[in-house]
Amino acid sequence: MPEAGKAMTREPALLVRDLNAWYGESHILHGMSFEVPAGTLLSLLGRNGSGRSTTLRAILGLTSRRSGSVRIHGHETIDLPTHRIAPLGLGWCPEERAIFASLTVEENLMLPPRVGDGGMPIEELYQLFPQLAERRRSQGTRLSGGEQQMLALARILRTGARLLLLDEITEGLAPVIVQKLEETLQLLKARGFTIVLAEQNLHVAARLADAVALVEHGQVTDAFPVAELAARRAEVEARLGV
Amino acid sequence: MMDIPFQALVSQAMLGLNNGAFYALLSLGLAVIYGMLDVVNFAHGAFYMLGAFLALIGLDYLPVWTGIEGLRLGFWMALLLVPPLVGLLGITVEALMLRRIARLQPIYGLLLTFGLALILEGLFANHFNSGGEPYGGKPAALEGAVDLGFMMFPRYRLFSMVLAIVVCLAVWWGIERTRFGAQLRAGTENPDVARAFGINVPRLRSLTYFLGTALAGLAGVVAAPIYTVSPHMGSEIVIVIFAVVVIGGMGSILGAVVTGLALGLLEGLVKVIYPPLANTVIFVVMALVLLWRPAGLFGREA
Repeated sequence: MPEAGKAMTREPALLVRDLNAWYGESHILHGMSFEVPAGTLLSLLGRNGSGRSTTLRAILGLTSRRSGSVRIHGHETIDLPTHRIAPLGLGWCPEERAIFASLTVEENLMLPPRVGDGGMPIEELYQLFPQLAERRRSQGTRLSGGEQQMLALARILRTGARLLLLDEITEGLAPVIVQKLEETLQLLKARGFTIVLAEQNLHVAARLADAVALVEHGQVTDAFPVAELAARRAEVEARLGV
Repeated sequence: MMDIPFQALVSQAMLGLNNGAFYALLSLGLAVIYGMLDVVNFAHGAFYMLGAFLALIGLDYLPVWTGIEGLRLGFWMALLLVPPLVGLLGITVEALMLRRIARLQPIYGLLLTFGLALILEGLFANHFNSGGEPYGGKPAALEGAVDLGFMMFPRYRLFSMVLAIVVCLAVWWGIERTRFGAQLRAGTENPDVARAFGINVPRLRSLTYFLGTALAGLAGVVAAPIYTVSPHMGSEIVIVIFAVVVIGGMGSILGAVVTGLALGLLEGLVKVIYPPLANTVIFVVMALVLLWRPAGLFGREA
């Protein structure tokens, strides 16, 4: 896709403009706009129910209806069916992890079709997450929560996706696993991945993000570089209710 | 009960296993369609009947209708062509009808396919002998009987059993052990996430319905030389097939195959031991299994 390459230099990896999304009759996103330059990590911060998860699902076309504009690496996707969006170089870790119970660990890992060049070889993924290598023949749901999260992340790193949508990947996990995931995200940043991280943990966001966007009532109400977070901490915490 | 001749028991057991192989083939298709599409496919028996009739038509009617003797399709050609043909009809039904009601309760799919079954059965009952016609295309190579050591068994029946079991194993392997099968299972379990990974779930659903109905068509072709080809053969067998799938566990592939064979065998044995129960024993088993394990013998408890 040579034209995509050209567009990438001019356009951010992900450009969301005036995105509205509905689940049935419920209007969840109300004109959301933000952008993520290639190679950076944007953290979406917001209270429960503010619309962070829905934002990621709407980018993938998984809401019942959506309008506005979602450009991925320069391609407009608002009218594409869901299965044609990932091939533009997208990977998604859903909040519920969604490890397939009827598939083994290795089948889960091999399931998503390739969406780009330069995906991590499976041996490298097993090196990164040795626990998965040990359990490659187990059914997916026999894994612990932390192992499931590693598998959910590993399976989109194999596909060659360069834009990752990660939904609450540290939620409910032990500190040692949160630290492992943080290290992995640092590695991915160093390798030039573009990442959107829906995150409730302000400390994690502060350590990883290049920029943060505050999500309130289905809109981005504020967006700023992470450097400003320290100075605005009290205000942000009040708005997030933490 | 003690004076049952051993020979009668063995030959009924073999005939029972033969019927069981057909149960397995048919309930396999039904289980695949239910597991993947959540459709209780009541038209499954009609697709089976259609398979048998297409074989019969190819042999006896096509040369007459077209006036071209060269268009007479023998058994092997029917075996090759009829299953994909029935599968194509299945895809059409899926695309034009089932897809529109995919988001509704399963009862709508059941009612729709039940209506479809009645229409197909009625059509064939209008145009063909409703009492049934024999299929005269049994290949010469499969005439006669084989000595199994403990009994003489018709060669064609042995062929039909082996074919059915091989096909069942192949389908099981394809679904449980291949990449395509993994996509199928993932698409069943969580269609949204599978789609988000770039898997074309609607196409997988069409392929599944193709596979399931083609299996029914195949069973119909293979059954034609054994059973009379009749418009009502589908509705007669579909109730038993449903019982097999319920006993095995809805959606369980291996469960459908093993249960189909086992119930055929049981039916055969009961025919010797206590004939009056032969036609109902499967439903007695179904009732008992439902009381003991509502999800079926191989089903996962929800």
